[in-house]
Amino acid sequence: MQRDMLSPLDWKPKTWAMVVGLALLALLPGYVAFTEDTFYLDLASRLMILGIAAVSLNLILGHGGMISFGHAAYLGIGAYSVGIPAYYEIHDGFIQIPIAVACSALFALITGAICLRTKGVYFIMITMAFTQMVFFAFVSIEEYGGDDGLVIELRSEFAGLFDIEGATGLYYFIFASLLATLYLVHRITRSRFGMVIEGARGNERRMHAIGYDTYRYRLVCYVIAGAICGFAGALLGNFTNFISPEMMDWTASGELIFMVVLGGTGTLFGPILGAAAFVLLEEWLSAITIYWHFLFGALLILVVLFWRGGLNGLIDWIGRAAWRKRS
Amino acid sequence: MAQALLTVDRLYKSFGGVTATDNVDLEVIPGEIHAIIGPNGAGKTTLVTLLSGELRPDAGSVRFDGRAITALPAHARARLGIARSFQITSLMLDMTALDNVALAVQARSGHSFRFWADARRDRDLAEAAMAGLEAVGLADRAGQTARALSHGEHRLLEIAMALSTKPRLLLLDEPMAGMGVEEAQRMIGFLAGLKGEKSMLLVEHDMDAVFALADRITVLVNGRVIASGPPEAIRRDDAVRRAYLGDEAVADGGGAG
Amino acid sequence: MDWTLFVTQLLNGLQLGVLLFLLASGLTLIFGIMDFVNLAHGSLYMVGAYLCATLTQATDSFVLAIVLALPLTALIGLAVEFVVIRRLYARDHLDHVLATFGLILCFDAAVHLLWGPEGMAIRLPEVLDGQVEILPGIVFPTFRLLIIGVGLLVALGLYLVVTRTRAGMLIRAGASNRTMISALGVDIQTLFTLVFAAGAAMAGLAGMMIAPITEASIGMGNEIIIVAFVVIIIGGIGSIKGAFLAAVLVGLIDTMGRSFLDTLLKLFISDQNAETAAPALSAMLIYILMAAILAFQPQGLFPPKGR
Repeated sequence: MQRDMLSPLDWKPKTWAMVVGLALLALLPGYVAFTEDTFYLDLASRLMILGIAAVSLNLILGHGGMISFGHAAYLGIGAYSVGIPAYYEIHDGFIQIPIAVACSALFALITGAICLRTKGVYFIMITMAFTQMVFFAFVSIEEYGGDDGLVIELRSEFAGLFDIEGATGLYYFIFASLLATLYLVHRITRSRFGMVIEGARGNERRMHAIGYDTYRYRLVCYVIAGAICGFAGALLGNFTNFISPEMMDWTASGELIFMVVLGGTGTLFGPILGAAAFVLLEEWLSAITIYWHFLFGALLILVVLFWRGGLNGLIDWIGRAAWRKRS
Repeated sequence: MAQALLTVDRLYKSFGGVTATDNVDLEVIPGEIHAIIGPNGAGKTTLVTLLSGELRPDAGSVRFDGRAITALPAHARARLGIARSFQITSLMLDMTALDNVALAVQARSGHSFRFWADARRDRDLAEAAMAGLEAVGLADRAGQTARALSHGEHRLLEIAMALSTKPRLLLLDEPMAGMGVEEAQRMIGFLAGLKGEKSMLLVEHDMDAVFALADRITVLVNGRVIASGPPEAIRRDDAVRRAYLGDEAVADGGGAG
Repeated sequence: MDWTLFVTQLLNGLQLGVLLFLLASGLTLIFGIMDFVNLAHGSLYMVGAYLCATLTQATDSFVLAIVLALPLTALIGLAVEFVVIRRLYARDHLDHVLATFGLILCFDAAVHLLWGPEGMAIRLPEVLDGQVEILPGIVFPTFRLLIIGVGLLVALGLYLVVTRTRAGMLIRAGASNRTMISALGVDIQTLFTLVFAAGAAMAGLAGMMIAPITEASIGMGNEIIIVAFVVIIIGGIGSIKGAFLAAVLVGLIDTMGRSFLDTLLKLFISDQNAETAAPALSAMLIYILMAAILAFQPQGLFPPKGR
């Protein structure tokens, strides 16, 4: 007997939207080659990288109920894991990427071990504090640029197996990473481990009573999320060929949370929708006025006050309305 | 005399100035149903919470199957074979009834650091979880979100979860709280069926249930044990009658001694 | 040992401490009583600074500017509470955090619109602009001494209000049991609004005090709000006493750390390594302090009781 919570109704509109979206992303380089306009390529690259980061955040925030305001730290750690070796003329991606993932995982392990002993608002504030700590740590190392940032001359090299130096090559690398991340997170959330994390979010006391040491499971989840985001950071460093510490301060973490909430927490595709909406809105609004942050902030407040289901919820709602019309 | 499964020795807990548990001695023998009764505020739930491991006592010890568990946290005690149901329903409300029970089944199947296989397609988990629901009569509600179930169904789900970890000792905190007469009767029948198989520490207000089920009864007043023994002895005990002044169930008694 | 530097940095640390206290006390009250996480507290700090700067230019008197800017900042706090904050009391902390983050974006943009991207300096009156000889051979800026004085006065005032007045009693009661005081017939919403406005005023005052030294600038609140959070985590949420102690502790450690860590490190490791490690390490000091305290006291030095 298969137990499957998701009714067919929930499945269709969202998944169709996502499939269409992914197909568009897959075909984009073709369009760009035709029009020779790399603007959309860059936009989509950035969108996908932030999407990966948002998906990793959703693993702990949406599924796990852990509101981490420190997730941007991993973007920074990942980016510097590419930048610092590059500074020393080490451009081998097979060295940089593992460093990015390993350092992020280690930082997540150490800070998570401390943070996860706290709950609620303490947790939020402590994750914020740790992110600032990393930010200041990197800013004060003059050698690697301090607060001016660090330029990355060459992108990661993969011993000739694939070339990400060009925009298209990097784009497909990011696209493949996005698909891999989605699949990985999909399996994790549906696995036994994922069930424990979801249960712990729902009722931690109950989970203890049936024998789960939820602290340990949450810590592992936190480390996995950090590692994935570190990988996203490595992609980001490659994409922008530049690292600035601003990538990792707590307001950047806030933007990631905004993306996850905007897209709809606790769903697989929501964070990507959120990242896409965020990036597109940013582009569109900043073209209208230089005070676009005001509109952004107002939008966030309105979303929180009136539309917490996020875009995912919106698509569901549209899908249900369409379904009702049909029947 | 069988070796006690659970031994509680001079357990003491106070909150600020209030002594909730006052040097309680208690024993649960394998296979018995040991009921805890007492007026409101007697400290029954505190006692259960101390035994389940969510709260640490200020003094005293708890032994389970000969082993000292006083320092063990709740999840470790659960793994040893102690299960608990909560007085105020405590479930994962946004998950289905089946998922709730499946989590309990999953807990006893080793560790859950398995990241790849879809837990909802695991035939063993699903079958065991369904069996758990069937045992309490909730099989037809398996796919419903726990939030959608009625109060009585919540109480049943609590029991199903507690049983699905295949415990040796059940700590049941007012399992029939808020249940209608018919539902309560069914629950009593169900718990009676477990007698001998599982050991139970049953906290209850429902005197019908207590006298129908209990092998032994311990009476708690202001955190202290004032009487302990077989049901008939408790019924006739003066101290108990005084504590329950006005409680017809004890005053009337029932059946010849 | 350079005693002049030591004493100067000690006082600077104290100055930073009282400033942090002005911010942290409002934050901890708002959290303790309303269970509300207010990220936008730093924005009120910024607004206070800018208002004071503009009014100083308009009236040519720093003191008058403060007198006018304080109630104005409180009013802005009131408006924010009325329009946004009060709709969120029943929500969970994530919603608080997101909404106030949105407020930060709005405030930053609004300040940009009204005052432009450049910061704004405040010119101090001559009497405050000098130095005072506090110990033989050691001088210290008058204004910084004033900050310390003002901060300690506010701390004393707050202490008296909280322990000696009826309002203060309600605040202390509310911090540990909200439902109880509403059962007593106290108008909860009014209490909340007043606490929020008072917090806004204190945050604004902190901004006004620091602006003559560092300039009013956009985003000045975003950096200091985290430090304020570190203070209330260390001090214990809801505790003013804790906020004071933690604020002074954090102020001292941060300031002294930045000045003396390299000297201290040089006792253990090579000079060169000490000089590279010290800036990064001293930036991380207060967070390491926070982690260390949390390891032993997960709810801070003066944990909230009852809840």
